[in-house]
Amino acid sequence: MTVILETKDVHLAYGQKEALHGIDLSFADNSITALIGPSGCGKSTFLRCLNRMNDLIPDTTITGSFQFHQQDIYAPTTNLVELRKKIGMVFQQPNPFPFSVYDNVTYGLKLTGQTDRRFLDEQVERALKQAAVWNEVKDDLDKNAMSFSGGQQQRICIARLLAVQPDIILLDEPTSALDPISSAQIESTLMTLKKDYCIIIVTHNLQQASRIADQTAFMLNGDLIEFDLTSKMFTQPAQQATSDYLNGKFG
Amino acid sequence: MNNIFTTELKKLYTVFKQMGDAVSGQIEQATESYINHDKDAAQALIQQDNSINGNEVDLEKQALTLMTLQQPVADDFRNVITILKASSDLERIGDHATGIALETIRVKGSHRNKDVENEIASLTNMIRNMLKEALAAFQSIDMEQAQTVANQDQDVDAKFDKIRSNITAAIKNDPAVAEAGASYLMVTKLLERIGDRIVNLAEEMVYNQTGEIVELNQGRLHPND
Repeated sequence: MTVILETKDVHLAYGQKEALHGIDLSFADNSITALIGPSGCGKSTFLRCLNRMNDLIPDTTITGSFQFHQQDIYAPTTNLVELRKKIGMVFQQPNPFPFSVYDNVTYGLKLTGQTDRRFLDEQVERALKQAAVWNEVKDDLDKNAMSFSGGQQQRICIARLLAVQPDIILLDEPTSALDPISSAQIESTLMTLKKDYCIIIVTHNLQQASRIADQTAFMLNGDLIEFDLTSKMFTQPAQQATSDYLNGKFG
Repeated sequence: MNNIFTTELKKLYTVFKQMGDAVSGQIEQATESYINHDKDAAQALIQQDNSINGNEVDLEKQALTLMTLQQPVADDFRNVITILKASSDLERIGDHATGIALETIRVKGSHRNKDVENEIASLTNMIRNMLKEALAAFQSIDMEQAQTVANQDQDVDAKFDKIRSNITAAIKNDPAVAEAGASYLMVTKLLERIGDRIVNLAEEMVYNQTGEIVELNQGRLHPND
């Protein structure tokens, strides 16, 4: 595994209020990292920094280093569209565009000027297969993506992201709006995808983190408390606060 | 604050402590009755063992329910696992005490050897102290004491060897001791096995505190070690 994204001393403040107090984390390809912690601990805020989703929030100051393939994510020369192609995000609520499955998955490719129908067909099939939803939607590619179940919509969103061939997939509580069976399908999809991608997932579901994540980072009140192999953290955490949180004693 | 888990865990530890005290008492009674040739006391002890076994089954059920419903991890998980493993060791120590009581009944009336019996009484004292110290280390979470207890098992093993050879010598010297000799050997071996189980208790305490699975006493690889 090679580290492809590394953050150092990340601080973020909304006006005078600092929400992240110096976060050092590194993420390797072919792995899943879970970010856990109580609501308001800064985990989603941190995740959103990784593809500059916080840029448009007024009066936000972000400092520290974000190195992605030795490139500074926050450098003035960074092309945001290119960055978000390489570091894509899946949200809590499935958010397919209100048009066909096919058009959803090809949306990003068309933005880059791709019009070759055969190429687009191939990419749609590849992305939907990778997102483990191909068998369920292949006969309904013209159907409105919003007419599918929540779990299927979420996997269509994953396929839409995969179509532009990212390196990193960010997921912000991607299963919290889904039933256990759909959640299990997403988890299984992520386990397959990690062979090809670096996956970073924010989750409140601790069992989900323990089931799928290789590494887990525990955050509390804007600080990173502990970052370790998941198998280590869930059996022998170094900090008492981690153990207390994992056992639901606060948060 | 997850009060349900904490409350239930406290209950488990209370039952475990009671079980530890009961087993400790069992060992004392079993060894006393053997040394004093007290068949009635031995018989009474055998009846008690069912209640220790019942304790262990209850603890196991409660621990498994707690794990299933509360899904503890990290420290809390280790606490429950420790209780599960330690109660199983305590239950087996209780079984060995019953074994000693059965020997008391079997050997009653045989030709005896006072010297060997004195040696067994001395081994008995070592085992009783080890168990008390192990249970105390459990209560006070004293890692140093856990290691001290484990070290004492080497003395127990040495004592076992000595008694074994004394038994052989006594039988050679007076074949009428053979029947009692077989019983002495059995009881000495049971005491030695109890020592091993007490080392397990010490190791479980270390696991509980650190998450490390350790061998505090490597045991012997050769009869002369």
